[in-house]
Amino acid sequence: MKVFIYPTNSLILSDLVERFGHEPLAIMSEIGKRVRTQGLDSPPLNITPEEPKLGLKYAAVEVPSGVRGRMALFDPLISKADAAIIVRDPVTSFGCMGCARTNELINFLIRAKKIPLLELDYPSTEEDAKEFVFKISEFLKSLKPAEEAK
Amino acid sequence: MNQAENLVRIAQLSCGAEYSGIQKEIDSAVKQVNAVMVFPEVDISDIEAIEEEFGLKVASPDLKLMMARAKSIVTGKVHVDAVFVATCFRCAEAAIVRSEVRRYIHEKTGIPVISYSFTERTTAGTLLTRMEALTTTARRKSLLAREKQSGLTAGIDSGSTTTKAVVMRDNKIIGKGWVPTIKVLESAEEAYTNALKEAGVKREEIQALGTTGYGRFLIGEHFKADLVQEEITVNSKGAVYLAGKQKGTATVLDIGGMDNKAISVIDGIPGMFTMGGICAGASGRFLEMTAKRLGVGITELGALAIKGRQENVKMNSYCIVFGIQSLVNSLAAGSKPEDVAAAACHSVAEQLFEQQLQEIDVKEPVIMVGGTSLIEGLPKAVEELLKVKVIVPENAQYIGAVGAALLVSGFIAK
Repeated sequence: MKVFIYPTNSLILSDLVERFGHEPLAIMSEIGKRVRTQGLDSPPLNITPEEPKLGLKYAAVEVPSGVRGRMALFDPLISKADAAIIVRDPVTSFGCMGCARTNELINFLIRAKKIPLLELDYPSTEEDAKEFVFKISEFLKSLKPAEEAK
Repeated sequence: MNQAENLVRIAQLSCGAEYSGIQKEIDSAVKQVNAVMVFPEVDISDIEAIEEEFGLKVASPDLKLMMARAKSIVTGKVHVDAVFVATCFRCAEAAIVRSEVRRYIHEKTGIPVISYSFTERTTAGTLLTRMEALTTTARRKSLLAREKQSGLTAGIDSGSTTTKAVVMRDNKIIGKGWVPTIKVLESAEEAYTNALKEAGVKREEIQALGTTGYGRFLIGEHFKADLVQEEITVNSKGAVYLAGKQKGTATVLDIGGMDNKAISVIDGIPGMFTMGGICAGASGRFLEMTAKRLGVGITELGALAIKGRQENVKMNSYCIVFGIQSLVNSLAAGSKPEDVAAAACHSVAEQLFEQQLQEIDVKEPVIMVGGTSLIEGLPKAVEELLKVKVIVPENAQYIGAVGAALLVSGFIAK
């Protein structure tokens, strides 16, 4: 299954999802597409003023352009998500999402999709960390493998 | 913007610029002023500790990064000549951080810093004047230290509404020209010719010429100007010169035909400044339209406003369309023209106060310049809002031309 992760640039979450046979929906793939696609419109991310306009699908013009531009990046990920894992209050090194307003909107949209969802707090002790990984692995096991889902 | 001038390193402290698709515009603007953007390096530990150290807790990690980068500049880990602080327009959290980061860098280092709130429509052209002022402050401190005009020089200010020219000799204005801007070059020719005629000097006798305003590049090239300079720097210098306040702090307010400038000045050098340009309701155009509706000349509007009371007219909007509509409705309901004139001045002043003066440190003396400062009701409205005495120096409408003539006299020896 296609599993949306939050923070969406978390390498640890992305790796965990892959290990259990699913496809992680991470922001790196969207940024990668822009960086690798020929025709450098606006380096380094190749986001042009068109992206904030595409973001109008999610938020009106009174919402800051940075939020709407980010939403244009997240749009394909949110649309494709079959399941999701949201980690609340992660530390910066676990995965850093720049804009708090965008994060609130993404999390809301994922919850509103009514897909299988695991929400859990970022662990603060070693014991919590074991529990954290255990819960994620059980959740991923409960989902149909990517091949089957097709 | 001489490419031979030294490269200026500007630190970019921003949140959302790359996601708004305007990074290319920022890079293009800095390239035009022979500057380069740098992004101060910080460690993750710096970001994690910054809220505690800076004393401001925020939800967005990119804003924490902004504060951490500001700290690396203040502590000297990164060396830059100027700082550009930018965040998304309409983001409240970012507006607070932007303002505090700017104040922090300005107070702790004295490095020139400007801030800007952008949308996806921000272009290199919009940023250019700001970047030009920022780099001028960083690289031309000796030029800005000039307090007296010397020799025989001229300045032309090609504004969006009017074109002004002055001729100065030995620290005195000897000729002036003021015409409406219709065709940029022709209007400049006319204003300059009038100033030369009044001064009784020939064009070839002028030892150095400076240009400023919207049309500065075009007229600068046409007249082969020795100095082509944006209006932030020129107006700051011109204002403190005309007001006789060259030493110490001052605040310069210039409500132009198309945009406003609010500049915090120290010893004649701009420190923090804001330049509005999003809403015509806070510009001279609003007053021009009010005057037209009242059937009076723009030069008579100020005297009329002085006699009126703005409290007698209810305005529902600052907008140049809906605000004017409020004024028209008031007239239809029997309001006096003088009250309507006062309300229009108050509306422009209030918008300037709410949107721009919050972003700079307003320090006395407050000097109002530009053509709108002669509309007496406007400085009065600003005085009422700021509760300080506002100075309108003699020849305030020639501010840009005087500033250009003053600064360019530093080029005579060359």
